Amino acid sequence: MIRRIAVTALIALGLAAAQTGPARAEAVIADLSKRLVAITTGFAGTDVLLFGAVDGKGEVVVVVKGPIGRLDVRRKARVAGIWINRDTMTFTNVPAFYSVSTSAPLAQVVPTALALRSGIGARFLDLTVAPRQPGAGQRCSRALDAESVKTANAVVKALAPFCEALLRNKMRDGLYLPEGQVTFLPGRKLFRTTIHFPANVPVGTYSVLVYVVREGQIVGSQTHPLVINKTGVEAEVFDFAHRQSAFYGLIAVAVAAFAGWGAGLIFRKQ
Amino acid sequence: MRDRAFDDHGRTRAHRYFMQIYLPIAELSVDVFLLLGLGGLVGFLSGLFGVGGGFLMTPLLIFIGVPPPVAVGTEANQIVASSVSGMIAHWRRQGVDFKMGAVLLGGGLMGSTGGVFLFEYLRDIGQIDLVISLAYVFFLGTVGLLMLLESVRSAVRRRGGKRRKLHRHTWVHGLPFKMRFRRSKLYISAVLPVCVGASVGVLAAIMGVGGGFLMVPAMIYLIGMPTAVVIGTSLFQITFVTAYTTFLQATNNQTVDIFLALLLLLGGVIGAQLGSRASARLRGEELRGLLAVMVLLVCGKLLFDLIATPDDLFSLSSGGVGGHR
Repeated sequence: MIRRIAVTALIALGLAAAQTGPARAEAVIADLSKRLVAITTGFAGTDVLLFGAVDGKGEVVVVVKGPIGRLDVRRKARVAGIWINRDTMTFTNVPAFYSVSTSAPLAQVVPTALALRSGIGARFLDLTVAPRQPGAGQRCSRALDAESVKTANAVVKALAPFCEALLRNKMRDGLYLPEGQVTFLPGRKLFRTTIHFPANVPVGTYSVLVYVVREGQIVGSQTHPLVINKTGVEAEVFDFAHRQSAFYGLIAVAVAAFAGWGAGLIFRKQ
Repeated sequence: MRDRAFDDHGRTRAHRYFMQIYLPIAELSVDVFLLLGLGGLVGFLSGLFGVGGGFLMTPLLIFIGVPPPVAVGTEANQIVASSVSGMIAHWRRQGVDFKMGAVLLGGGLMGSTGGVFLFEYLRDIGQIDLVISLAYVFFLGTVGLLMLLESVRSAVRRRGGKRRKLHRHTWVHGLPFKMRFRRSKLYISAVLPVCVGASVGVLAAIMGVGGGFLMVPAMIYLIGMPTAVVIGTSLFQITFVTAYTTFLQATNNQTVDIFLALLLLLGGVIGAQLGSRASARLRGEELRGLLAVMVLLVCGKLLFDLIATPDDLFSLSSGGVGGHR
């Protein structure tokens, strides 16, 4: 009996060693200043601090991804002198928010081959054309890559302006951030970076991915969830409006009618 | 941990001096005083000119960044408030023809139902913003020009003024389903008021307006109602049609923001009182000319936005309801 337990323990230990050893999962350790961002009445954007330590050499890459969803990209065209939405391309796998920060220029730290494989960098995201439209299943990472687009067909080439537009519009809205910086403290062991979330940040569960990259290979990584949600009265109003919309509508009408009636009374007396 | 000038809510210090409020349905932060000011301004104008103000408020909300569907849905809600007290006041003075009001309302409910479903469809195919803008350009342009002409003409011949005949017989009187409207002193077909009500209902759903600017002239010139009951009866119809529209927008499109409506209302109530006091000191045609110029300015800005080459030909939208933008 005792022997059996000892054997099991030894095997478990061995397995644990085998797992941690070659993959060097503990090459990086990091944490966030907040795990929960609450959007309240006065919300005007917020900063979250990420700090950590790396074991050994390597550059640090911090990726923040918002909730994944579908997104329509629409192109306007001039019809009878007026600009109207004409072509629509729907993408899936679109993170609502995206930022990448690095301790050295991204292009140097993450070569194209690794970027394509790991999806690090906005241009290498897994943005996919949704089913039932021309080019369904094609990816932006291919359309946007100068090398692979050369050999691509017309459908993929036509995709590029929509992919560019998606990234450009997201940048303008402050939801895809320009490349940020990870700062090392002297000794190159401890690092920190600030992630800025703008006032219009979408709610949901975000993932914060911290990578250690050495010679074009990821040698360690860690993932942290980060929840952004509405709290307080706003959240309740939003939920109420969506879950019990009929009741919400009745209340909206009642409040308005009562307010109008009350205002009429007050000013008549004066 | 707190490495910059942030307080407990993550706001920078500068923001404390403003009162940002997060609007839960519009999903954006706006300065409270901006909204109160907007409500006050439009309220002042509506008190000054005796108009509803919805047709000015909805475009202004769009200009400050409120998504057009939310601007339209919320404005319908605000109009409920601004028309209810007027309706009660006219009711006291016997200024409401309830029978005519009910017929107009019947048409209004049909029009509004159709309008909200049309709204939903247009939103799904990504053309709602365009249709809202086009509708505004068309109606503001037409009404503004007519008013401008009218006020110029009446300024030219101030003394003149011919009296309208009490009853004119036109094709309108040949329509079936005749009804007697005692207070309006009319015996006419119900088809006409139903159609007038229905067109106003569609506008309430798509443009977020009460539709008084369209209904009042139609009631006077088309239906031939006496002016004493026109305003009260139109307010009666507007109150119930906008209430119904608010309910439909809330259930179908979730585009009614109570916070936004209340803030606009607060400013609007005060502004309307100041405006009606100020209107006593200005002459009628000057007022109308001023309103016409303003209506045309708003129309011009909307038209410019439709025609000018946009900075970016591409735009994003989540397509579904309640998603991120």
